[in-house]
Parts: sequence; C-alpha cells; structure tokens
Amino acid sequence: MAAAVTIENLRKSYGSVTAIQDVSLTIQPGEIFGLLGPNGAGKTTTIRCLCTLAVPDSGRIELMGIPVLEQPQVARRYLGYIAQEVALDKVLTGRELLELQAAIYHMPKSVALGRIEQMLSLLDLQDWADQKTGIYSGGLKKRLDLALGLLHQPDVLVLDEPTVGLDIETRSAVWSFLRQLKAAGTTILITSHYLEEVDALADRVAIIDQGQVIAAGTPSDLKDKIGGDRITLRIREFTPDDEAAKAKAMLADLPFVQDVIVNPAQGNSLNLVVERQADALTAVQQSLAAAGLPVFGISQSRPSLDDVYLAATGRTLMDAELAAVGQRDLKQEKKQAMKGR
Amino acid sequence: MSTTIPTSGRNGSRPLENDDLSTWKASLGDPSKQSQGLLSAAFIQETLAMTRRLFIQLQRRPSTLIAGIIQPLIWLVLFGALFQNVPAGLFGESSNYGQFLGAGIIVFTAFGGALNAGLPVMFDREFGFLNRFLVAPLASRYSIVVASAIFIAALSLVQTAAILALSAVLGAGFPNLPGLVLVLGIVMTLVLGVTALSLGLTFALPGHIELIAVIFVTNLPLLFSSTALVPLDFMPQWLQVVASLNPLTYAIEPIRYVYLHPDWTLGSVVLQAPFAGVTLGASLGVLVIFCGVALALIQPLLRRRMA
Repeated sequence: MAAAVTIENLRKSYGSVTAIQDVSLTIQPGEIFGLLGPNGAGKTTTIRCLCTLAVPDSGRIELMGIPVLEQPQVARRYLGYIAQEVALDKVLTGRELLELQAAIYHMPKSVALGRIEQMLSLLDLQDWADQKTGIYSGGLKKRLDLALGLLHQPDVLVLDEPTVGLDIETRSAVWSFLRQLKAAGTTILITSHYLEEVDALADRVAIIDQGQVIAAGTPSDLKDKIGGDRITLRIREFTPDDEAAKAKAMLADLPFVQDVIVNPAQGNSLNLVVERQADALTAVQQSLAAAGLPVFGISQSRPSLDDVYLAATGRTLMDAELAAVGQRDLKQEKKQAMKGR
Repeated sequence: MSTTIPTSGRNGSRPLENDDLSTWKASLGDPSKQSQGLLSAAFIQETLAMTRRLFIQLQRRPSTLIAGIIQPLIWLVLFGALFQNVPAGLFGESSNYGQFLGAGIIVFTAFGGALNAGLPVMFDREFGFLNRFLVAPLASRYSIVVASAIFIAALSLVQTAAILALSAVLGAGFPNLPGLVLVLGIVMTLVLGVTALSLGLTFALPGHIELIAVIFVTNLPLLFSSTALVPLDFMPQWLQVVASLNPLTYAIEPIRYVYLHPDWTLGSVVLQAPFAGVTLGASLGVLVIFCGVALALIQPLLRRRMA
C-alpha cells in the first residue's frame, strides 16, 4: 500500500535560523504517527510545510500520492489541520463557524446540514451550537476546533500539540476520539512534547531534535532497541549525599547493573540501568540490606521514550525543554514566520 | 458538562461515517480536473460564506456602522462650516462650499473604509483564524478580497446615502436618478480597487503595526492631494499635477459634475487637468483601469504560503 504521507529531506530556514535541517518520514495509511521533540525542535515547521502554509527551502512532500509542493490546491482537499492554538471567531456561534467551514470546502447545503449535526452530536456540542464561541470554555473550544477540522472528513488529519493547555478530562476525551478516528481509517499525524501522549497514542513515532529526525520506529521497538530495564530507587525520602554515593558505588559493582545515575532533583534518588532479568529488584534490595541501608521506595520499569531520547541526544527531554526556554527568541521566530517565504 | 464522546449516532455503530458526505466526496472525482477559479460555483459559495461572516459580525457589533455613518456627517458639517464664508465663484460652479464638498466626502469615506478593509483580515491572520482559509481548497483566494469588497461596498452605500441626504438638507441639491446610479457605480469600483490593495498589503506585511503605519501615511495625503477639498485651479501647479494623477480625483470630479449638471453625458468634460481636459467617460475608464491593475497586482501576494 502506498504511504499516506512521504516527507523527504525537508529543509527550511527563517532568515538565519534553521528551523528544520533534514527531516524525512513516511506515514502509512490508517496509523497514528507521533512527532516527538522538545519545543523548538522543528515539529511545527515540518507540519506547516505539509499543510501548505510554508514552502520548504528544499525537499519533497507527497500526500495521498499528490506532490504537495507542486499541487497544494489539490492536496488541501485531503488534508485536515488542527493548529496548536484554537482560533475561533468569538462573535460567531459554533454552528455558524461550521457552516462557514462547510462552504469553504464547497459542501452542498444538503450534505453540510447533516454533517454539521453529526459533528455537533459526535463532539457533544449540541447544547452550545447556537451560543457565541466567545463564551466557550477551553475544552468546548477544542471540541469545536476538532469538529471544524474534521467536517470534510480529511484522509489525513494533522494535529499540532492537540492537548496542550487542556484539562485532564478533555485530554483523555481527545485521546479516545483520536483512537476512534483511527479505527474509522483516518491517518493521523500528531506532534507533541508530551512523552505519555505519544506513547499512548502513536503506532509509530519519530523523535526530532534540532531540526533532524534522530530516531524513528514503533515506541516499543525504540524502547527495546536501547535495551535493559530501569530501576528507580529511593533510600530515604531525601537521601544524604554520602549515602547516595556509597549506594551508587556498591550497586555499580553488581554484575547486571550497567549504569547508576544519582538524580539530585529527586532527593538523590538512584536511577539504575539493568539487564532485563527477573530477580533484579530482589538482588538490589538484598545488597542494600547487606550494607545496612534502608529502602524508602523502589520500582522497576521498561525504558520510556524519554530514555530513548536520552540515549540519542545525551540529555532528557525535560533538560532540552529547559535549555530551549532560554535560547529561543519567540518574537523573532513569529516575525520570520509572518514574513512567509 | 460531560466530555465523553458518544458512540451512537445517525449511522448507528459507525458514528464517524456519513453516507451523504462519502457520496459527495466520491462525486468530486479527481480534484485536479475540477474546473475551479474565479466565478465558478465554488468561488461564489466560499465568497458568500465569508461575506456572511462579516455581516454577522456587523450585526452583533454595530458600533462600526454607527461610527461609520456619523463620521462623514461630522466632516461634512465641520468642513463645510470652516469654508462657509469663502466668496462664491472660488469653488468652480458650485453655489456654496457645502455643495462642493459633498462629492469629496462621499469618495473619501468610501476610500477610507476600503483602505481599512485589510485590518480585520490581518487580525484573523495574527490570531490564526485565516489559516482555516489558507489550508482549505479555496477556488481562489480572491474570494477573501471579494468578500471584503462586498462588505465594504455595502457599508459605503449606506454612508453615501447618509451623506447625500445631509448634503440635500444643507442645500446642495440632489443628483438625478441616472446620476445616482453613476455615483453608486463609482463608489463600488473605487471600493473594489482599494480593498484589493489593502488586502495585498495584509498578505505582504508582517503584522498589523506595519499595516496601520501604511494606512496612516496613505490616507490623509491622498485626501489632500485630490480635489476633495478644493478645486484643481485652486492648487499650485505641482499639486495640480499630483492631483491629476490621484485616482480619487477621478472618482470625485464625475460625482461633483452630475450634482451640478442633470444633463450630463459621458462626453462631458469634468476635469481640466494640466495635460488635457478629462471627460466623464475617461474618468470612469481611469477608475476601472485602476481597479483592474490593483486586482492584478496582488495576485502573487495572495498565492504566498504563509501563516
């Protein structure tokens, strides 16, 4: 089966700022594909290019077999785009906005009427349909945004950070809705800097960092590839430095332990990378007991996508976020983006 | 408020499916072969929908309409009073300055409205709402221009009617019926051309600050370098040349002429420009060409892919 989306060697810079350096990805029909990376990694620029809102400096994009850069007009019919920030006209009602949306996709009136009712009921918006969107809550706005983006039943739905700023209830509603859409055959591309979101939703994921894809595959493949399990150990709620250092030296000597990291941000908890074996937890506890150290908490887990990110870049996603906060000139970026090409 | 998403609907166990929609989508066939573009059914549909949005906004926020009617009337009264005592004869054939001024205020009001047409679109752009139009398969982005132009033209017609009425009360008289039709035609042509330029700027400039700056330096200079406030022969030679190149002059003079001459024809000379006498027909020609050039000029800007 031909890919739903193919992106090859995409490169885009705004002035002197290189937003994406070299991004290639393939999305299969009917899958949820996650684009994961810290803020400023180039996720939004990549999907702007895909959604015909920006022209890359070089590269190739194909959507449902249509060359997007050469025939943006044709590609738009197959595409649904839901931006990170919900932009509604606050003076209009939800229904009026849906009617406008139907018209700019040239739906015949008879089709539009039924489809609008369907989307209103699907997203539980009937009670609010005839209210101005200015009075909507954040969750309602997002639901209307989804209804608008899906009204023409796009073959490929692109969502930029679909749950940023949403409450937990709305967030899980969005997740389950996306799963339903996938089950109905829609191809979905989401960007996120939430690890759990991508882990929970995506069939496949590409991790993007500083404008480049640094890892791609199914979440479990990626995690398997880096191997081992993780043990998080807290000797006390707040472990003194000397005790942590002592435990670190001792645990590092165990034959199945590959690495030990002391995390001062979590009260000197110890993070162990261990070979996957059944009795690892017991062995760690025994050697601690032998040394006369208590155990406040201990848990074992498979590696997370954050570990994948850590293995590829040498820093955690959280570190990257924090570093990016200081480095980015958001005003400048916005200005460059508004200037277009 | 519940945020669960119901799983039953018109299509029973397939809540996301819609047979009507699927049939319609299938009937679209190969979209690359669809005849789209200006004046296609798709273009008219999207234009009317965008226009409807603007009128709903106006209905629910009528302050623009109210201010838009009051402002030119204040102009008419204040400016008229300012030059009330100028000796007769200085303002061409007009019997008083109020009569002279009416045409200028009509054109300047329509021009100002159209020049500002880009502002709401710029706010849509900055807010992200315009992206909905930019990612949609619009038959042509000229629908955005035409929708704004229809809206501004309707607004201008109401304003023009108010100015005509107050001018009549102030003793300026009234053009005859063919004259009125001509006035409306001139106002609409000017509005379409200037709206096009304003939207071109909206697509070209980085933000509303820049757009407002351009509007600011364009608006009043174009007023003062036209024949809106004084006749051409009142001006120094260099300004006469500038005013004869100003499209506003070609909208003002025909209106002024039909006010005074119920027996007007397309061959009537309405303006003595430094280079030649300009007939009413030629004035209309200049306006139509201005409008066409403005629409053509902005085409590459509308095609831009930007957010």
